[in-house]
Amino acid sequence: MPDGGAFHPRVSDEQRLMKLALGGAATFLLLGLILPLGWLFARAFQDASGGFVGFANFAEYVATPSLAVSAWNSLWTAALTTLLVVPAAFTYAYALTRSRMPGKPVFRAVMLLPVLAPSLLPALALVYLFGNQGMLRGLLMGESLYGPIGIIMAQVFYCFPHAALILCVALSGADGRLYEAAAALKAGRGRIFLTVTLPGARGGLISAAVVVFTLVVTDFGIPKVIGGQFPVLATEVYKQVVGQQNFNMGAVVGLVLLLPAVGAFLLDQWARRRQGGFLSGRAVPLEPKPRPARDLPLLGFCTLVAALLLLVVGLAAWGSFIRFWPWNLSLTLDNYDFNRFDSAGWGSLWTSVRMAAMAALIGTALIFVVAWMFERGRVAGPLPRVVGFATAIPLAVPGLVLGLAYILFFNDPWNPLGFLYGTLAILVLNSLVHFYTVCHLAAVTAIRQLDPEFEAVSASLKVPLWVTFTRVTLPICLPAILEIFVYLFVNAMATVSAVIFLYGPDTKPASVAVVHMEEAGQISAAAAMAVAILMVNVALKALHLAMAGRVERWTQAWRLR
Amino acid sequence: MDLAARAVAAGIYLTVQDVTKRFGRFVALDRVSLDIREGEFVSFLGPSGCGKTTLLRAIAGLDPPSEGRIVQAGRDITHLPPGERDFGIVFQSYALFPNLDMRANIGYGLRGPAWPRAKAAARVEQLIAMVGLEEHARKYPAQLSGGQQQRVALARALANHPGLLLLDEPLSALDATVRARLRTEIRALQKALGVTTIMVTHDQEEALSVSDRIVVMREGRIEQIGTPEEVYRRPASAFVAGFVGRTGSFRAEVEHPHAATPRLRAGPVSLAATAAASLSPGEAARAFIRPEDVRLGDDALGHEGAFQAVVTGVEFLGPVCRVHLLAEGVALEAELPSGDIGKLGLGHTARLWVAVPAERIMTYPDA
Repeated sequence: MPDGGAFHPRVSDEQRLMKLALGGAATFLLLGLILPLGWLFARAFQDASGGFVGFANFAEYVATPSLAVSAWNSLWTAALTTLLVVPAAFTYAYALTRSRMPGKPVFRAVMLLPVLAPSLLPALALVYLFGNQGMLRGLLMGESLYGPIGIIMAQVFYCFPHAALILCVALSGADGRLYEAAAALKAGRGRIFLTVTLPGARGGLISAAVVVFTLVVTDFGIPKVIGGQFPVLATEVYKQVVGQQNFNMGAVVGLVLLLPAVGAFLLDQWARRRQGGFLSGRAVPLEPKPRPARDLPLLGFCTLVAALLLLVVGLAAWGSFIRFWPWNLSLTLDNYDFNRFDSAGWGSLWTSVRMAAMAALIGTALIFVVAWMFERGRVAGPLPRVVGFATAIPLAVPGLVLGLAYILFFNDPWNPLGFLYGTLAILVLNSLVHFYTVCHLAAVTAIRQLDPEFEAVSASLKVPLWVTFTRVTLPICLPAILEIFVYLFVNAMATVSAVIFLYGPDTKPASVAVVHMEEAGQISAAAAMAVAILMVNVALKALHLAMAGRVERWTQAWRLR
Repeated sequence: MDLAARAVAAGIYLTVQDVTKRFGRFVALDRVSLDIREGEFVSFLGPSGCGKTTLLRAIAGLDPPSEGRIVQAGRDITHLPPGERDFGIVFQSYALFPNLDMRANIGYGLRGPAWPRAKAAARVEQLIAMVGLEEHARKYPAQLSGGQQQRVALARALANHPGLLLLDEPLSALDATVRARLRTEIRALQKALGVTTIMVTHDQEEALSVSDRIVVMREGRIEQIGTPEEVYRRPASAFVAGFVGRTGSFRAEVEHPHAATPRLRAGPVSLAATAAASLSPGEAARAFIRPEDVRLGDDALGHEGAFQAVVTGVEFLGPVCRVHLLAEGVALEAELPSGDIGKLGLGHTARLWVAVPAERIMTYPDA
């Protein structure tokens, strides 16, 4: 024991282990996120042989008209999509949370359908409808689907559920007392909407807009399938790297692609900070009363939106069973005989399932334990802050940029981790890191609902931390843990942009197979594979819902009063 | 003999010596020292932010001090992690494990070779009986009332026979009536078990009613350590006088401090005040008077130095009434049985005679 001089509280063995593990987590994030991104940044300032060239690549970028045009195209299509999606999603979410329209569970389920599908699926459905042989081609009045029209239509479908989900959360946390107070002060419905509802949802609206904008700018699948000759940033990166093998220019475009995403991320953070503490712990949940003048129009709107969503998914599914669109509409299973179209055949779906399952299994365990140590470990020093910072980054990094950073980093001859390139392991690592932030935040939210003194009580009772972790923390958080698992699996199954650079000859994921088959003109086979991905995700989600009830009864009995 | 051995010899169970705690540049505890005897019930009392909870957490090892020493039962525990110390703790939130029923919560710490299954189960039943919750043993915390949850937390903290019981605002989440009942229960239990206990509270009535001694804290320092009576009757500082118990206070000037009856002058009013003897002539002072020490009407006329005051308000508090008085710019509060109000004819703006016994005026230099 030190006597005088330096003053060091003794650290328990548990504390030391905790610090070691958190250090491991920091190293993991360093290797899987920070170093690859740093390497991407460095490559943007190098020539092909690795010499430092300063801003020469950037100058070349600005001077290349097609590249500058692609940036502008990305920006305005994203902005227009955001303008279309957010009001519609707000209305849909408002109907789900603030009205008494019937059939809410059905509308909620339909809303989630596109989340489970790869972004390519709505694009393929639009090809069936408005493509060169589309049934409703005439509605475009001579304009081609392949270009901004198709991109924006497909993005609206793809982004809608993401925005609606955020707005549902924002609108469901309302304090009924505010509405009673406003009504008691004789405010009319319009005034209440403008002064209570909208300010309460402001953070959610900004978040939703930011998420939609970022999704559109960084999505690769939709512009690849339906973008035609219309260049956007995401396809441009792919062209530079895969087409022209120009890794340095790819890095520059990647950094440009990072700009709007980082900007949107910072805007969202700013809005969140300003929002803080709107809903107090003593709030009384708002119970909307039936009012036909509001409920019926909302029901009509939701029915229309749900019908469109079902139409798009259903059309892709139907198309996948069609013998030869649009001339021979007889049904067949031939399109599901993937060996005819792609050498990997059904194997690519199996690869995707294995990748998603591993990412979900490893990721859920890793993310939850790291979040717990981060929140409750009471580790001294800068380590928790480093981990906290690193876990926030993936949200701002588009999958395509992360994939590009991985290819540059892990494929570099000097890198001892180079053996990972082209393996299933790198795909798993990439998916895990790409979707890290949302899962980390979900875990942190769940852990924060636990009394902050549980660990202190355990220590005073001489019970090791891991016992309290397994007896109390894990059972209480199990529903959130399952959510994280499903989120990781579903997203890893559907993602294209994160893995398009990283697969090897034996590890082609199903979503990449969709892109390849579409490229080869086999639309029906591509639709079949996209539907297969959707079905795997729907099956997992259904299993989750079926299990959630049992898990709830088993671990959450204490919630009953 | 070193500090620890000397403390044990003197029957002192816990010694806090020159403990300082800094959070960044903020000093939460500033060289705090105190001794607690074996079996004593000590309250840390003070307004929020005075450092009382920080001191409790330092003793528990949850927030180790930046400087100083803490010795418990002859063992230097300053640097020990919480798990290697000997204490039970009840938090303000109780921190009951919501997914475990009452039995599992109380028996949570009864594990390892020292507690075979049968022995642990018997101990749990004994504790449940001790806090009188036999019929609720299978319930989860959410199904218990606040007072019941508090008892479960107490039973859990005492399960392993800790040498020291720490209570962090244990009653502040409860209704007033439950609070009053539970604090007497806690005190009775503590006396029966003889466990040395520290309670943090901001409620002076709570501290006065249950403690052997009270530690009054302010801005990271100890203002006074004493029995409830000492703290109430002989506050060591103006802060303690104002914080503990209800008082009226006014500024005054010291007159004739060395005369047989030193006097305080506030405007035209001049009062005899024994305590002014410790101050110097002409010094600015602050005087505190407890409402129950103010004599009114005929009671006052018998006293030397009685003066006239105007009633500015009367508060009905049930058994007693509080009367607000104003005498030439000096505001006073008096308390008297509700029945006497009519007898004295105390309406608003009534004038009446007021007097305060010289030894009951608490006087401190005006800061």
